[in-house]
Amino acid sequence: MQNGTHNDLRQSEIEIKMVARKVGVFYGEKQALKDVDLDIPARAVTALIGPSGCGKSTFLRCLNRMNDTIRDCRVIGDIQLDALDVYDAKVDVVQLRARVGMVFQKPNPFPKSIYENVAYGPRIHGLAENNEHLDHIVETSLKQAGLWKEVGNRLQESGTSLSGGQQQRLCIARAIAVSPEVILMDEPCSALDPIATAHIEELMDELREQYTIVIVTHSMQQAARVSQRTAFFHLGSLVETDDTRVIFTNPKDERTQGYITGRFG
Amino acid sequence: MPQHIVQRYDDELKKLSTLIVQMGGLAESQLAAAVDAIVKRDSSLAEEVVHGDVKIDALRNQVDDFAIEMLARRQPMAADLRVIVAALRISSEIERIGDYAKNVAKRAVALNQAPLVRPVHAIPRMAALVQALIKDTLDAYITDDAAKADAVWARDEEVDDLYTSLFRELLTYMMEDPRSITPCTHLLFIAKNIERIGDHATNIAELIHYTVLGEMPKEDRPKGDDTAYAVVNAPGGPR
Repeated sequence: MQNGTHNDLRQSEIEIKMVARKVGVFYGEKQALKDVDLDIPARAVTALIGPSGCGKSTFLRCLNRMNDTIRDCRVIGDIQLDALDVYDAKVDVVQLRARVGMVFQKPNPFPKSIYENVAYGPRIHGLAENNEHLDHIVETSLKQAGLWKEVGNRLQESGTSLSGGQQQRLCIARAIAVSPEVILMDEPCSALDPIATAHIEELMDELREQYTIVIVTHSMQQAARVSQRTAFFHLGSLVETDDTRVIFTNPKDERTQGYITGRFG
Repeated sequence: MPQHIVQRYDDELKKLSTLIVQMGGLAESQLAAAVDAIVKRDSSLAEEVVHGDVKIDALRNQVDDFAIEMLARRQPMAADLRVIVAALRISSEIERIGDYAKNVAKRAVALNQAPLVRPVHAIPRMAALVQALIKDTLDAYITDDAAKADAVWARDEEVDDLYTSLFRELLTYMMEDPRSITPCTHLLFIAKNIERIGDHATNIAELIHYTVLGEMPKEDRPKGDDTAYAVVNAPGGPR
């Protein structure tokens, strides 16, 4: 009951992929996030949890500058991806988002073929040397996303013809296709049934051997199942972050305890 | 701790702790009655205790079924998870206490058929100590009082000491008078059973500590039972 399990990250082996320091976000005058210090470990799943409006999605979107697309949104503090200062004026945001990919709550495949959905990114980033290479990228991406067996023989069908769970895995394949280092997932399973959810969770388990994953989820059980680190946000602040095992068995902060046990805080 | 948003969840946790306390109370009175049967040489009371153990077993099943159902339905986290897992383990500790009390009662029946031996007087003293441990453990459980649980945990050493001295006394008795071997052997087992009950009470105390503070007690419990190494020489020295 007091020793770590195989699910914990081993302290000696932790490599930090992304670092956030004193991160704050304003929507106009209103401050949505304040003073967030968080380290995102490489090749692990970090779960961000907290009640609606706590700032967890806002924080997630800071990591690949998705907040830039929102008018009146201002981000302060530092975010680093390895040695890169993410908010440096010289950073090419399109390149950044190739390194830090994103999967959204609602599966949003392009209204194009399954093949084109995956091929689009590598093509615009010039990652494929020729058509054969592009075919290869599409195939390995779909395989990594656990979708190849289901769609390998019908790549020209529309991406939107797939089931919800398949569409979400297609979006993950699309994110993987540009060889990102970090994948951000904003409630990726909230529109899926339990079976499709299990497929995504299994996928996350496999993907974390290679990628750094940050997931926002409203399901505490999901955070407990898939992540190695958990960060709890409340009213725009990061309240507590620890190994997932510790957060769900013995959290230190009363607000964390209140939230995950379903009590009035 | 504040209440759950879902009130029924609180009701269920309350029901779980009520069952545990009920179980503990039963075990406590089973021990008291078993010892009473020894003191009063009352074999029919002893028989009642032997038959009474099924009630504890039934409660144990009830606790386990209910706790498992809560795990499945509520998927508890953090403090709630610890409360429910601890309840599962506490119920089996109490069930063992019940078994030992039953064994004490069984031996009381045998003891009552043998001549009275003097070391019997130590049994109620030891039992009173252990009963106090159970009672305080249950109090600590109801009030989520980790400090009180820790105090129980440390106090078990007194029981061990008493057992060790009784052990020596009984060996000496048996050597002096072989006719006392039968009652003294039963007394020895009775004392050992009571000592084991004390150990289970301390296990429960550890689980309360875990429930409240989120980790098991760090130090090893002080142990006073060194009868495993005891040698008592016969009168006139070793032959």
